[in-house]
Amino acid sequence: MKTHLRRRDQIGVFDVVNTLLMLILVFITLYPFYHIVCASFSDNTMLSAHKGMLFWPQGFTVAVYKLTFTHPLIWSGYRNILIILAVALPYNMLLTLFCGYFMSCQGMMFKKIIVGLILFTMFFGGGLIPSYLNMRQLGLYNNLWALIIPTGVGIYSAIVIRSSIDGIPKSLFEAAEIDGANDIYILFRIIPSLIMPTLAVVLLWFGVGHWNSWFPATIYIKDNDLLPIQAVLRSVLIANQKLTSDIQVENDHYNSYAEVIKYAIIVIGTLPILCVYPFLQKYFVKGVMIGAVKG
Amino acid sequence: MTHEKVFRAIGIRETKLTFGQRLQKDLRRNKYKYLIVLPVLIFLAVFCYKPMYGIIIAFKDYRPSIGILESKWVGLKYFQMYFNDPYFGRTLRNTFFLGGGSLLFGFWAPIVFALLLNEVRNIKFKKFVQTTTYLPHFISIVVVCSMISLFCQNDGIITDLAVAFGAKREPLLQNAKYFRPIYYISGIWQNFGWDSIIYLAALTSIDPALYEAVEIDGGGRGAKMWHITLPGIKTQIIILLILAIGGILGADFEKVLNLYNSLTYETADVISTYTYRVGLQNGSYSYGTAIGLFNSLVNVTFLATTNMISKKFADIGLF
Repeated sequence: MKTHLRRRDQIGVFDVVNTLLMLILVFITLYPFYHIVCASFSDNTMLSAHKGMLFWPQGFTVAVYKLTFTHPLIWSGYRNILIILAVALPYNMLLTLFCGYFMSCQGMMFKKIIVGLILFTMFFGGGLIPSYLNMRQLGLYNNLWALIIPTGVGIYSAIVIRSSIDGIPKSLFEAAEIDGANDIYILFRIIPSLIMPTLAVVLLWFGVGHWNSWFPATIYIKDNDLLPIQAVLRSVLIANQKLTSDIQVENDHYNSYAEVIKYAIIVIGTLPILCVYPFLQKYFVKGVMIGAVKG
Repeated sequence: MTHEKVFRAIGIRETKLTFGQRLQKDLRRNKYKYLIVLPVLIFLAVFCYKPMYGIIIAFKDYRPSIGILESKWVGLKYFQMYFNDPYFGRTLRNTFFLGGGSLLFGFWAPIVFALLLNEVRNIKFKKFVQTTTYLPHFISIVVVCSMISLFCQNDGIITDLAVAFGAKREPLLQNAKYFRPIYYISGIWQNFGWDSIIYLAALTSIDPALYEAVEIDGGGRGAKMWHITLPGIKTQIIILLILAIGGILGADFEKVLNLYNSLTYETADVISTYTYRVGLQNGSYSYGTAIGLFNSLVNVTFLATTNMISKKFADIGLF
């Protein structure tokens, strides 16, 4: 009897090519970040003179970082987003949990109507201008509340929470009710520990969403020191406002670093996500699975 | 009906409660549940439904100073204005091209990637590739567009690449003809990894016995892919395709806003960015609302039509 490697255990041309392809894709994904980081640690004049791809900093210096970390707008940018996260995340989680719990309950006369009203908002809304006018009318302009309150419920997340609650055996709820628990007790004491992974994913979704949000700040905030970090980034890098103040000396100072500063600001704006991402990645993937399979 | 007859036959009369009594019973039993959903409803009322009422300003000559109710009705004036607007064709065309092009060039990328990645046998390497390729999805669009604008500068590396393909050396984002390719390619770069998750998950649920059957019949990798793998993820592909087609006309507002400038309006200006410029920045609230409403209605119609066609021909639909 001839024994031979089964076809799938042999390493063929395809495997070599495929592995190479994967490596190229990894490189294409990571290189832009690497280029930016290298550039941010470079000397301004040497960087401007450099052509082509970058594999190490041109004249290593942390001068630009010293400059940006002392700039008030960067500080206020970080401060604002942290305040927003601290206030908005509990608010979002509570509201979304309420929504998800209600959608999972049964036997209510008005459930269909209410759920219908909730889901309808996923497909139709006022649009940019009516929403803007609404916010102005409510006084949600030029303050941080304008960036917190409208984020309210995440309906997709609520649906995912609902699916999770549906997975809890009914007998648990019945036992609790016999022991005298009402809905509020069930919602706050019993359910959270049972759907903790789902809640973690939903929290992450909200967190990343808030961190990356910039457009509401662009239209609802006027004072620069109320801008969260992404909006600061945008106004400097894309809208091309200069990171300068009125003092002439400061102007020259920043101008001589004009090129490198852009790279440093990009790093500053995305560093937290880059740091936190490897540890949280598996939660995000899990979240997609839950959403896709059960949603 | 039959259970009533049975009950009556053995002497039990089932009383039907009136609406009022049912309401009372429901409120008593479920009062906390309704209380719990109340904040959600208040939120939706204030931030979703109240602006919906504001849509009527598309049919009025809205003046902020006199308010919505007092402003004069003008019917379809602003809709007609949009259809006669010289930029109507441009915005519609660009919205369609950016959305449709992203679909055409980008829809298959995550699928092919998932199929190839699935063939990688080293688990550690596979996980490594996955972790790295998911990363761009989490970067904010501001950072992505900033990177693009830096790399597309006169001496940027993407510009270098374009020149290598024969292009003239210039800041790419200032030339309208480069906008679409940059838009498509950056979209693929950012999302091919993350979008492949659904397909990868579906691939793992294909019965390995099916592959073995093909192998026994003498089939190689190609046969396996064609006969087992692709049909195995057929449902996911079709559902995601419906979603994608349905969303064609909702071109990515934030990305376009960050990448375009007055020099590239010709290929970049979409309905939503036009609404933003004209309606918000210029203060033509009624006009902007009319365009926005038009956009929403077209989107919903597109989605519903796509869903209906798919249900008819492939028996798969979203709703």
